[in-house]
Amino acid sequence: MEADNKRRPTAIMQKIFSAITRYLSMVVLALGLFGIIIWISGKNPIVSYRELFGSTLGSWYGFSEVLVAMTPLLITALAVALPSRIGLINVGVEGQLYMGACAATWGALILFNAPAWLLLPLMAIFGMLGGALWALIPGLLRAMGLVNETITTLLLNSVAPKLVAFFVFGFWHSSMDTNKTPNFVDAARLPTFFGTRIDLGLVIGILLLIVFWLVMKHTRWGLEIRAIGGNPEAAQRNGVPLKVYIVAILCIGGAIAGLAGMALVSGYYGVLLTGFSRGVGFIGFLISWLSFGDPIGIVLTSFVVAIITTGGSMLQLTTALPYAVINILLAVALFVVLSGINLFPKRKTA
Amino acid sequence: MTLLSILGVLSSAIFSGTSLLYTTLGEIIDQRAGIVNLGLEGVLLISGATGIAVTSLTGNPYLGVLSAALVGGATNLILGFLVVTRRGNQLASGLALMFFGFGASALIGKSFVGLKINGLPRLTIPGFGNLPPRYLSLIQFDTLIYLAIPCTLLIWWLLFRTRWGLGVRAVGENADTAFASGRSPHLIKYQALFVGGMLAGLGAAHLTIAYTLNWTEYMMGGRGFIAVALVIFSKWHPIRAIVGALLFSGAVAFQLLLQASGVQISPFLLDTIPYLLTILVLIVWGGSRKHSAPASLGRVYMGTE
Repeated sequence: MEADNKRRPTAIMQKIFSAITRYLSMVVLALGLFGIIIWISGKNPIVSYRELFGSTLGSWYGFSEVLVAMTPLLITALAVALPSRIGLINVGVEGQLYMGACAATWGALILFNAPAWLLLPLMAIFGMLGGALWALIPGLLRAMGLVNETITTLLLNSVAPKLVAFFVFGFWHSSMDTNKTPNFVDAARLPTFFGTRIDLGLVIGILLLIVFWLVMKHTRWGLEIRAIGGNPEAAQRNGVPLKVYIVAILCIGGAIAGLAGMALVSGYYGVLLTGFSRGVGFIGFLISWLSFGDPIGIVLTSFVVAIITTGGSMLQLTTALPYAVINILLAVALFVVLSGINLFPKRKTA
Repeated sequence: MTLLSILGVLSSAIFSGTSLLYTTLGEIIDQRAGIVNLGLEGVLLISGATGIAVTSLTGNPYLGVLSAALVGGATNLILGFLVVTRRGNQLASGLALMFFGFGASALIGKSFVGLKINGLPRLTIPGFGNLPPRYLSLIQFDTLIYLAIPCTLLIWWLLFRTRWGLGVRAVGENADTAFASGRSPHLIKYQALFVGGMLAGLGAAHLTIAYTLNWTEYMMGGRGFIAVALVIFSKWHPIRAIVGALLFSGAVAFQLLLQASGVQISPFLLDTIPYLLTILVLIVWGGSRKHSAPASLGRVYMGTE
């Protein structure tokens, strides 16, 4: 979609309308298909859905839990969306998230005496460095023309959780459990709001998305990124340092993913647990892809996905289905969107 | 270090590597037809859970293996619908399939958590029957292990010596040309996905019905992604997939050997060796890698309209 068109009201209306139909068809079809699955396993789908939505959107507490679940999704989706703007496919957010969490935890453990105003920014920097260094490997390999970043980021995903397990089992574990660190000191915890579990991570995520939008729209960097995304060769001939951008953008993506890891251990968990993320980075990839790397789309899609994952825990309590079953609802929703994606062929792909 | 402990290590390495060989063969066929299947982890989980469920309900492990293979093929057809018929993005569709596998396998395996099944029987190689029992138990393998190498050769023959294999490779290189020479890229992609899914199902069946003998959620532990890595490592060639699976088994064996001899190296670090080695190999190949990858890998075939 051309930049000029965005300002015209009809184009905006069309965009809103297509977004509404997209989300509506996703919701109706996904709920229908998943309802059949609930029905087959002997439960009443209508009762289950009433509980799913009642527990998430029906109360302030439930709604706050949705926002809590949304926090890492926003940030990881951005970690995919930024590199996708110059045509890089960052499938490695899962690994970068683990390394960010690992580095931030290291910071929390060695600096446990520091006050919160010093410790939290330091942990954030550690987390971002961890993620950025992890992304530096695929970035350099891609810039040197040796290996495609899709493959390396994917392979490094499998390495990162094992390194985390190495540090936790080997050095950091608490005296009670071997698979997690002692609980973080209060100064290493992100502040929470309104007596809920919503933490500063949500604010950081929204701010990052706004910064991303501003940079893309109003800076020289944004212009050059869009130039590379449009035609890398032409951009290079016009003096855009392509290789520097590839390495830098992938590292920034990694740093954002690392920040998501820091936010998870410092905010949500308050402890580093081995294997704590079951695919948050992959969900981030899917969200970025479904929303075409668009900031508002990322917020909306993250919100929908967060309702699904939060509602899952309630479904587990009331229907005695395993929590993992909620992944079916998530997947079916994704199937519906993915299979309908060519209804909007003129949009740019993330 | 006794002969017995070395044999024991080799034996368990073979057990852990077999499922990976089948899975890698399956992904090779998918990718030869131009489709990257990142949902392999999900396919493995669904097949594994089905294998456990059928074996537990019927008491017949061979029925379990058969159903795991068929369900694996069927699950792969979901990916086919998304990326072939609906022309969806392959990476995103694959990851969605992975999440589907997380959920569906939990649903299938729900009633079988903690249940121990009677797995595939171990068969003695003729002529070795009079070994002492403790040695004998180390070289008694199940049918799927004995069939692993013949199956690899069969896949090689299918891909490189039959018309069907030529069609699969042609579609993976350039679907338009394949279409122009009278083939149906859509049909061939679906067929390749079904065969690939069946092989992944066999791999999952070996892990659950012959190795672990019980079901736990998320039990594949990233094997699907290892297989994707090994496909690149083996340069999309079935015979070299044996080397890839041996690499992984070798790392497992090395780890067990070190433990047996009392050397303290974290198993987590050793677990990373296959991935790091694959990255190293890719770096060494550098630009030449493009010559072995199917040319239209990951692309959407838009048809002729």
